[in-house]
Amino acid sequence: MIVGELFLEFTLLAFVAFGGATALLPEMHRVVVENHHWLDDTTFTHLYAIAQAAPGPNVLVVTLIGWEIAGLAGALAATLAMCLPMSVLIYLLIDRWERFSGKRWQRAVSLGVAPLAVGLIFSGATLIAQAAQFGWAAWALVAVTVVANLRMKLHPLWFIAVGAALGLLGLV
Amino acid sequence: MTGEEFNTLLGLCQFLPGPNVINLAVVVGKRYQGVAGAVVAPFGLLAGPFVIVLLLALLYDRYGNLPIAQAMLRGIAAAGCGLLFAMAWRMEMAIRDKPFFLPFTVLTVATIAWLRWPLPAVMIAGLALSGGVAWWRLGRK
Repeated sequence: MIVGELFLEFTLLAFVAFGGATALLPEMHRVVVENHHWLDDTTFTHLYAIAQAAPGPNVLVVTLIGWEIAGLAGALAATLAMCLPMSVLIYLLIDRWERFSGKRWQRAVSLGVAPLAVGLIFSGATLIAQAAQFGWAAWALVAVTVVANLRMKLHPLWFIAVGAALGLLGLV
Repeated sequence: MTGEEFNTLLGLCQFLPGPNVINLAVVVGKRYQGVAGAVVAPFGLLAGPFVIVLLLALLYDRYGNLPIAQAMLRGIAAAGCGLLFAMAWRMEMAIRDKPFFLPFTVLTVATIAWLRWPLPAVMIAGLALSGGVAWWRLGRK
C-alpha cells in the first residue's frame, strides 16, 4: 500500500533530518523520484516552489509531496511521519538533553552537525537547479538572489515574488 | 520564558533532527502545559498552513499544466534555489574553526549531491567523524 510505504519512508527520513526539512530535499528526491518513481523531476521542483511561496513552516513541502502521491491520506501520512517521531523523542528527552547543555559531548554534537547541515542545504539547492534544468536566465536569477539576500535585509517572500513575476513574463 | 531560555531551547532544537519549528513547539508547549501543550502547540502551528498548502495543491492539480503556471513556478524555484544557496553560505560563515569543518561540508555535498549515497549512512558516518573532530577541538581550548 502506497500510503503505508510513504509513511515508513518518511519516518526513517525524520530521524536523519538534521538541519530540518530543507536539508532533506536531496534525500526526499532520491526516495520519491529516483527509487520509487512516485513523482517526476518537474513535479518535484514545482512542489518545492509552491512550498516556498506558501506561508508556514517549510516542512509543509512534505505535505505537498504526500498529496501528489496519495491524496489527502498521503498528505496526512507524510506530514505525521515527518513530525511525529522526533516530537515524541524530544518530548521524552528534552529535560535530559537540556541538563547536558554545555557538556563537552553535547557541544561536540552541535558543532559537528552544523557543517553537515550546510552541505545538505547546498546539495538541495544544486538538486533543485538540476531537476528544474535551469538555463542561463534562471542561473542569473539564482545568482542575483544569493547576492541580494546576503547583502540586503529583505523578507524572503520578496525574492519569491520577483521570481514569480519574472517567470510569468517568460524571462526565466 | 526568558529570551535566553528560548534561545537555548532553539539552539537545542536546531541541532536535533526533524522540523525545527515543530520540535520547538513541542518543547515550549511541554514547558507550559505538559502533555496537552506538547500536543496542541505543534498542531496549532501546522493546522492553518496545512490547509492553505492543500488548497494550493488543489489549484496546482487543476491549473499546473498551464504554461503560465509552469513558467511562474519555474521563476519561484529559481528564486528559492538562490535562497537555499544564501542560507548555506550564511550557515557556513557562522561556523568557527572553518579549516577543520569545511571538509565535512565538502564531503557531504560530494556524497549526497554527486554520488547520491543514502542520507542515513552519510549522516551517521559524517556525524561520527565531524563530531569526533569537534570533540578533539573542544578539548584543546
